[in-house]
Amino acid sequence: MPDAVMVPDISRTVQKWRNKRGSLIMALHEIQNRYGYVPRNVSLQIAQLMDVPLARIYEVVTFYNYFKLEPPGRNNLSVCLGTACYLKGAPELLNELKSRLGVSEGETTPDGEFHLQSVRCVGCCGLAPVVVANGETLSKVQPSSIEGLIHRCHKEE
Amino acid sequence: MAVHAHINGIPVEVPEGTMILDAARSVQIDIPRLCKHPDLDPTAACGICIVKVEGINRMLRACCTPIEEGMKIVTHDPEIVEVRRTVVELIMSKHPNECLTCGRNQNCELQTLVAEFGIRTVALPNIVPDLPLYDDTEVLTIDPRKCITCGRCVMVCQEMQNVHALCFLDRGYGTRIAAAGVTLGESPCVKCGQCSAHCPTGAIVEFDETGKTWDYIKDPSLFTAVQIAPSVRVAIGEAFGYPPGTNLTGKLYAALRRMGFDAIFDTNFGADVTILEEGTEFIQRFVHKSAELPLITSCCPAWVDFMEKFYGDMIDHFSTCKSPHEIVGVLAKTYYAKKQGLDPAKMRVVSIMPCTAKKWEIHRSASMAASGYQDVDVSLTTRELARMIKQAGIDFRHLPEEECDRVLGDYSGAGTIFGATGGVMEAALRTAQDLLTGKALKKVEFKAIRGLKGVKEAEVEVAGKTVRVAVAHGLANVESVLERVQEAKEKGDEPPYHFIEVMACPGGCVGGGGQPYGVTNEVREARARGLYTEDERLAVRKSHENPEVKRLYDEFLEKPLSHKSHELLHTRYQARLTYSR
Amino acid sequence: MAKLTFEELDKLRDEYRAQRAQRSWIRVGTSTCGIAAGAEAVYRTIVDEVRRRDLDIDVQRVGCVGMCYAEPLVEVNVQGAPRTMYSEVGTEAAERIVAEHVVNGNPIPGLAIPGIETLGYEDDGLAARQGKQVRIVLRNCGLIDPTKIEDSIARGGYQGLKRALFDLREEGVLEEMKASGLRGRGGAGYPTWLKWKSLREAHGPEKYMICNADEGDPGAYMDRSVLEGDPHTVIEGMLIACFATGTSRGYLYIRAEYPLAIDRIETALRQARRMGLIGKNILGTEFSCDLEVRLGAGAFVCGEETALMHSIEGKRGTPRPRPPFPAQSGLWGNPTNINNVETFANVAPIIVRGGEWFAQWGSGKSFGTKVFAVTGKVRHSGLVEIPMGTTLREIVVDICGGVPAGHRIKAVQTGGPSGGVIPSELLDTPVSYEGLQELGSIMGSGGMIVMDESDSMIDIVKFYTDFCVEESCGKCAPCRIGGKQMCLLLEKIQSGKGTWADVDTMKRVCLAMQKASLCGLGQTAPNPVLSTLRYFEDEYRALLGAR
Ligand SMILES: Cc1cc2nc3c(=O)[nH]c(=O)nc-3n(C[C@H](O)[C@H](O)[C@H](O)COP(=O)(O)O)c2cc1C
Ligand code: SF4
Ligand code: SF4
Ligand code: SF4
Ligand code: SF4
Ligand code: SF4
Ligand code: SF4
Ligand code: SF4
Ligand code: SF4
Ligand code: FES
Ligand code: FES
Ligand code: FES
Repeated sequence: MPDAVMVPDISRTVQKWRNKRGSLIMALHEIQNRYGYVPRNVSLQIAQLMDVPLARIYEVVTFYNYFKLEPPGRNNLSVCLGTACYLKGAPELLNELKSRLGVSEGETTPDGEFHLQSVRCVGCCGLAPVVVANGETLSKVQPSSIEGLIHRCHKEE
Repeated sequence: MAVHAHINGIPVEVPEGTMILDAARSVQIDIPRLCKHPDLDPTAACGICIVKVEGINRMLRACCTPIEEGMKIVTHDPEIVEVRRTVVELIMSKHPNECLTCGRNQNCELQTLVAEFGIRTVALPNIVPDLPLYDDTEVLTIDPRKCITCGRCVMVCQEMQNVHALCFLDRGYGTRIAAAGVTLGESPCVKCGQCSAHCPTGAIVEFDETGKTWDYIKDPSLFTAVQIAPSVRVAIGEAFGYPPGTNLTGKLYAALRRMGFDAIFDTNFGADVTILEEGTEFIQRFVHKSAELPLITSCCPAWVDFMEKFYGDMIDHFSTCKSPHEIVGVLAKTYYAKKQGLDPAKMRVVSIMPCTAKKWEIHRSASMAASGYQDVDVSLTTRELARMIKQAGIDFRHLPEEECDRVLGDYSGAGTIFGATGGVMEAALRTAQDLLTGKALKKVEFKAIRGLKGVKEAEVEVAGKTVRVAVAHGLANVESVLERVQEAKEKGDEPPYHFIEVMACPGGCVGGGGQPYGVTNEVREARARGLYTEDERLAVRKSHENPEVKRLYDEFLEKPLSHKSHELLHTRYQARLTYSR
Repeated sequence: MAKLTFEELDKLRDEYRAQRAQRSWIRVGTSTCGIAAGAEAVYRTIVDEVRRRDLDIDVQRVGCVGMCYAEPLVEVNVQGAPRTMYSEVGTEAAERIVAEHVVNGNPIPGLAIPGIETLGYEDDGLAARQGKQVRIVLRNCGLIDPTKIEDSIARGGYQGLKRALFDLREEGVLEEMKASGLRGRGGAGYPTWLKWKSLREAHGPEKYMICNADEGDPGAYMDRSVLEGDPHTVIEGMLIACFATGTSRGYLYIRAEYPLAIDRIETALRQARRMGLIGKNILGTEFSCDLEVRLGAGAFVCGEETALMHSIEGKRGTPRPRPPFPAQSGLWGNPTNINNVETFANVAPIIVRGGEWFAQWGSGKSFGTKVFAVTGKVRHSGLVEIPMGTTLREIVVDICGGVPAGHRIKAVQTGGPSGGVIPSELLDTPVSYEGLQELGSIMGSGGMIVMDESDSMIDIVKFYTDFCVEESCGKCAPCRIGGKQMCLLLEKIQSGKGTWADVDTMKRVCLAMQKASLCGLGQTAPNPVLSTLRYFEDEYRALLGAR
């Protein structure tokens, strides 16, 4: 098949994994970490570089929650909906965020500022309820502190 | 080693590794199933085949649990039946109630199962997801709503065919069958139709063109010719209650005539022409070193598509000869039209094929209109033809046997065996050995390349030279053959083979993607046997001895690979992107 | 560092021990949870204070102590003052601790809570006690800096590997494992030695050992704490398992939601590799073994062993039927063994002290200890490690302080989405695999959620059923569609529009899911529904009326 134009650092990322067994998901993690999602043209390149069918990549990317096909928001807010957090009031936190941001779970605000999602336990159950804001785990979050959290994310730009 | 067990109290003795499902069948117990297909490894997806094994609290899947020594198995009791019923109900609750307009109506494994269970009401709400069709190829129509996620087609497309056009996307309740591309047309699909042949439901069916065909027939201003492929004659009977492999050529001709076609041709004639062209090509390469060896057959369009997408560097090895039905198509609109004084613009050619890929082939490139018009106008599958015969109110079983129309109809035994894997090679060898030696040799049968082994190899002594041939069917089997060729090429070694036949469908066209449903290896073998039996019966068994073919060259084409035959009977290939983007 | 021989391992242990015995220290719990509670700022404050005052004291970042409710946790040990654990330490408190306790030698009673009593180095650090708890798995958690292999070695790290290689050999390891009665801590409770024996007897060009660190059960974080707090213990357990089964390659499959755990394991692997504890010719023997990390990507079902292997192979994490079992045909078709993190963490102590030592705890068919993550409506949520046979009430009330004052325990949920609820009347049941199963729940991996009278059982059931629908892989019909239909039925019941006929339909769907689902997820997904129907039918009656 005729070659696609390669982005050099993708081929470097993939190079590291291509001769190791069981590395497709590891390579996809690197792509997801870099772009915040797995862009289609990158999938096509991984297919070619790692000699895996595109079908395999899409099967995998859509199976695992961690991988996204759409670009994320500038701020990513994840509300833990694991059991401990659920019992300790996570649904209220989620509702508060939904109404303040005007989006549903899994959506990004129209200005691309915030992406709201839920996770099923980040292992901080002892300090429930938990919100992960841009990778930082916040414990014992109250609905009243949501406004401040949004504000802080805005400022940190 | 044999193992012993009891199924519903009946003792069984089966070889080690036999699944409960098959062991039960050996003592006349039929365990219902929905996802297991005899061609494929179990996917264990449906959960219908569950049985009880003494000492185990869960129920086990009969399709994928091997019998162990001393097992005591119960296949039917009230609890098992209740669980199965509930599972069937669950499947129904996520399935559209569209049997009346479904391509699989009365021929659907799900429908049959539901009927057998006698389910009259479903206590659960119907929650069919709203998913769009994939129908942009105009070869296959995929309706993901009807998919029961049995996984057969994915296994077929990924493992049997190594194409990876189909996959499951998303997960859980949202799991859906999808094309690996945005649409099926943008995926690497080679249109072999094996997915549709293995699907238990109407989720994947051939693009129906029976309506278009009736329109041609009914239009009095058109001259509509029809041709039937080799393997159709030994399979169509299954739709009318005949056992697989029954050769119904004569009844088929009669049925087509009664349906209103103006001329009835036979693709076997085209197959004989293919052999003359391809055989001569082979000799040119083998003796005169006109181009690189091996020569690879090209009469399977799914294989052509596969090669253009995945093995673009092998194009030079491809025979440029068109497939038999395209040859009949172009000759009908040139040679035959001239002879009969017909206006080719007012002619339509319909091919009845075992194949879904031929629906794509007829538009494949500009050379598919070598007559100045599209050479073949419609390609129907065996299944579509069976439906049309029923629609026409023809009592097929009681039809008399008739002859086809001359000029493009007579055929040799070599032409008829085209429909089974190894047949093209065998036919070519029959002609090549005569041409090479200049004699009419007695040996016509090459049994080493018959049968269902995935890759078959043989060495044939011809005129003091050894011809090494390979035959592969099922696209996943092609890989090892081509790898050996490429390896030798890289090393600068002598090619491992001189001549390679490839058919995309397991078993060749007898197992084609457009053939009647329910194919298994036994069915493939029976259909192939039907063809070999006809070959044995025929007086003329070599393509170059077919008198009509001889006349064609005398009157029209001059000789194989002549200028005219190049213009009409040959084509070109080009490497393609695997995925359109 | 050069590769270690076995004599050098002992020498290093003694050296590191001696160094540490002399030192005063401050330990700050900096696991994910501690960090979330603000431990980083506390740690920085203490380091700054110590530097400013030029104090001769080690400030260490350690893993999880298990007292989550009290995070951030700071423990201080200075010569002349009792060792003290401080809870909910903010930056101000941190300054005070340095000033008053470290400098002046006066512990601050108002901030202190009872800590964990260790049995000290003399005991090889193999068990520690805190009230009714016995710490074997968590013996080092909170006591060592998980990023320093020296800390681990000082507390006896890799002594089990040494004993396996030089004293017990393969058969001996299996004997000890058999004598210990250790059963898998990942949920199913299959005897570990038997799994190892099957792998040992299997033949293949390559064999694999996998550590299942997918820990997807919501509300459970035992494995995360071990990986973050004591990664070398897991590595050592895997190495011993590899040695005993003739395996030279292993993978740690860690869920991507645990970035710190991944980091700590990667660091530990690097250190162990540098010292020659993994790689070629370990401790100068003919035993070679390498371990690598592979990440999950957000799929609970990948904790199921066949799904996990598909995931490592770069495929969708869908389970497949067994047989063939992984020991016959696992990763890439080769013989494979999978154990849980906690299972591996038990191995080195068993090898050092012997199987019988381990079997002194527990009874019936369940031996040793089990770690639980106790959360929900409980005063002292956290990680506890108790001997098998401890009652649920002892765990929830005696160790974790029960529910806050003014509330009543309604039920305890164990086993996560595969488990069931246990009503308060049955809390005197001793913890064992069989005991919990009899109650319609399971031991599971160790999540234990406490609920009070304000929690609706039907809500909880709906929560778990939703979870199973979201996490179903979608491969088999009973689970894929059954779970969804169950959710719809529960919603209908919750809305007050349901009937008892819906309950009957639900029971029928439950039976089909239990019997006809392919893997544990679907087979056990009905457990929450069935156990609430068993113990809390009155809540259904309240919504549906009398039958
Ligand atoms: C749906 C499902 C999820 C599972 N998740 C985990 C898990 O997160 N961690 C784990 O160790 N075992 C999990 N298991 C159990 C494993 O399949 C397996 O039994 C276990 O890893 C074996 O290790 P052990 O013998 O040490 O317990 C899960 C099983 C199922 C069916
Ligand atoms: S797939 Fe079968 S059951 Fe479904 S609508 Fe078509 S015929 Fe009916
Ligand atoms: S089977 Fe029933 S639904 Fe179908 S056409 Fe006949 S009456 Fe109608
Ligand atoms: S037609 Fe063949 S290649 Fe295309 S999707 Fe079906 S099985 Fe795959
Ligand atoms: S499309 Fe057909 S063969 Fe494919 S998974 Fe669905 S039901 Fe099965
Ligand atoms: S065997 Fe296949 S390619 Fe050949 S004539 Fe028949 S349908 Fe066409
Ligand atoms: S093998 Fe025959 S039926 Fe199958 S795709 Fe090729 S030509 Fe068509
Ligand atoms: S589990 Fe508890 S102690 Fe561990 S990190 Fe979370 S809150 Fe802290
Ligand atoms: S039970 Fe559920 S998770 Fe397990 S294989 Fe079936 S669909 Fe997948
Ligand atoms: S339930 Fe929220 S962190 Fe575990
Ligand atoms: S036939 Fe066995 S699970 Fe479908
Ligand atoms: S004390 Fe840190 S995890 Fe519990």
